[in-house]
Amino acid sequence: MRYGDTVAVDALSLTVERGTITAVLGPNGAGKTTTLETCEGYRRAQGGSVRVLGLDPVRQRHELLPRVGVMLQSGGAWSGARAEEMLRHFARLHAQPQDVALLMERLALHECGRTPYRRLSGGQQQRLGLALALIGRPELVFVDEPTAGMDPQIRRAVWELLEELRTDGVTVVLTTHYLEEAERLADRVHILDRGRLVASGTPLELTRGGTVATIRIVVTQPFPDGAPEALVRELGDGTELTVLDPLSLQLSGPADSTTLATVAAWCATHDVLPESLSLGQRNLEDVFLELTGREEFA
Amino acid sequence: MSTSTFAPAPGAAPVTRQLLTQASMEARLMLRNGEQLLLAVVIPVIVLIGAVRGAEKVGLDLDGRPIDVLTPGVLALAVMSTAFTSLAIATGFERRYGVLKRLGTAPLSRATLLGGKVLALLLVEVFQFLVIGGVGLALGWSGPDGVGGVLALLLAALCGTAAFASLGMLLAGSLRAEATLAAANLVYLLLLAGGAVILPATMYGGLGDVVRWLPSGALGEAVRAACEGTVAARDLLVLVVWTGLGSVLTARTFKWE
Repeated sequence: MRYGDTVAVDALSLTVERGTITAVLGPNGAGKTTTLETCEGYRRAQGGSVRVLGLDPVRQRHELLPRVGVMLQSGGAWSGARAEEMLRHFARLHAQPQDVALLMERLALHECGRTPYRRLSGGQQQRLGLALALIGRPELVFVDEPTAGMDPQIRRAVWELLEELRTDGVTVVLTTHYLEEAERLADRVHILDRGRLVASGTPLELTRGGTVATIRIVVTQPFPDGAPEALVRELGDGTELTVLDPLSLQLSGPADSTTLATVAAWCATHDVLPESLSLGQRNLEDVFLELTGREEFA
Repeated sequence: MSTSTFAPAPGAAPVTRQLLTQASMEARLMLRNGEQLLLAVVIPVIVLIGAVRGAEKVGLDLDGRPIDVLTPGVLALAVMSTAFTSLAIATGFERRYGVLKRLGTAPLSRATLLGGKVLALLLVEVFQFLVIGGVGLALGWSGPDGVGGVLALLLAALCGTAAFASLGMLLAGSLRAEATLAAANLVYLLLLAGGAVILPATMYGGLGDVVRWLPSGALGEAVRAACEGTVAARDLLVLVVWTGLGSVLTARTFKWE
């Protein structure tokens, strides 16, 4: 997909399994929204093929539309329409809509049902957007940053709702700012950068991780000569040493349940008293930063 | 069937229900909006009362009693204000706020959406006709000439709605929302003053032959003829041609976002 001379999405190939939650991550301009909008039929792919539920999103749009729910990033309502009125309107466009009162309750919209859209808070507008995506009892929902700007309590409620959707057999494809969100919810994560897929897998696969750990040791007295190198030997192959300054060092490499005991034994042997000692595993955020080399997520 | 809350059960509602839902939503929003209401009924009623009083004062040389000439003209103005100005402004902001994009995710075809809009316009026009017609009757208007007159009036209103709605959509689909707002109001004012909508084309002297080809002039003439119980075939044809022109251009240029 191109916009003028800019290639937004290039040779992207990914598949989503039914009944799962898939997260699409990437920095600003990575091509997430273009990818979603191509699946939603708003844009025509300039090359390759796109099939959603086995249908062409442009040519078979009418068959596809009832089966798909879309949550837009923002807007999409008459400024004078009330929240509940908007939801009831969309409910009547579907054959067997979701119960409006139930959806409003689950998304904490019952208190602002009579408020015109323009006077809803950003978070309320987001939740209404999600409710509108779910009102038609879709098989598949596309949600663009579902919890952006929500307070933590409501974010958790939305996460539970998305997990319930999966349990009930709905396929969820989401983009998100929050790596924590992808890590907690997604069965599969796709990381995009500059229109290309740079990594795919379960959060566990991507952070594998399970075996790569980072150890940081800070001491009050400088390390004895040769002690850091001795620790690398103790920890075995694949361990990388970085001396951050005379009083702190960082090691990264394979780790297991004996790693900490090895470090403790080394402390005793070399008479090292750590001021602090930390052992951490890679999370999705580390993976993301390594792959995209950019600080900004979106 | 599963009892799970979110178990998928997708499907579009029957087209008739979608059409009525869309029409009632749009009509409600239109009548709830203060500025739209001003344009729909307040201004036409003020114009009607003002024009009748004014015509009597300056002794305007009309072909008949002022109230009988001017009420049909104001009814035509009401059609123009709703089908053109209100529709263009509302649709312009629907584009701006992503409402059309959002509706595009619902199982609502473009034809049904458009049908809903037209139906909403007609609902608002019925309300306008009741108010303006009521004020006209109170001022001594003799009303349309029998059932034939009412039917001819409805036909004229329908053709006028089609012509102006296609032009309103053309404006809304090609300009930004603010530009649409400005242009729709400006065109309305120009046609109100010089478009032979309230005053008969014959009052414009030599220009009369020109303004009758405008949608405003054609609608005004058709509504005036209808109230006298005749069908103005030429004027209706002019409206049909405008509808065709507006629709073709709208279909080519309309941008949904």
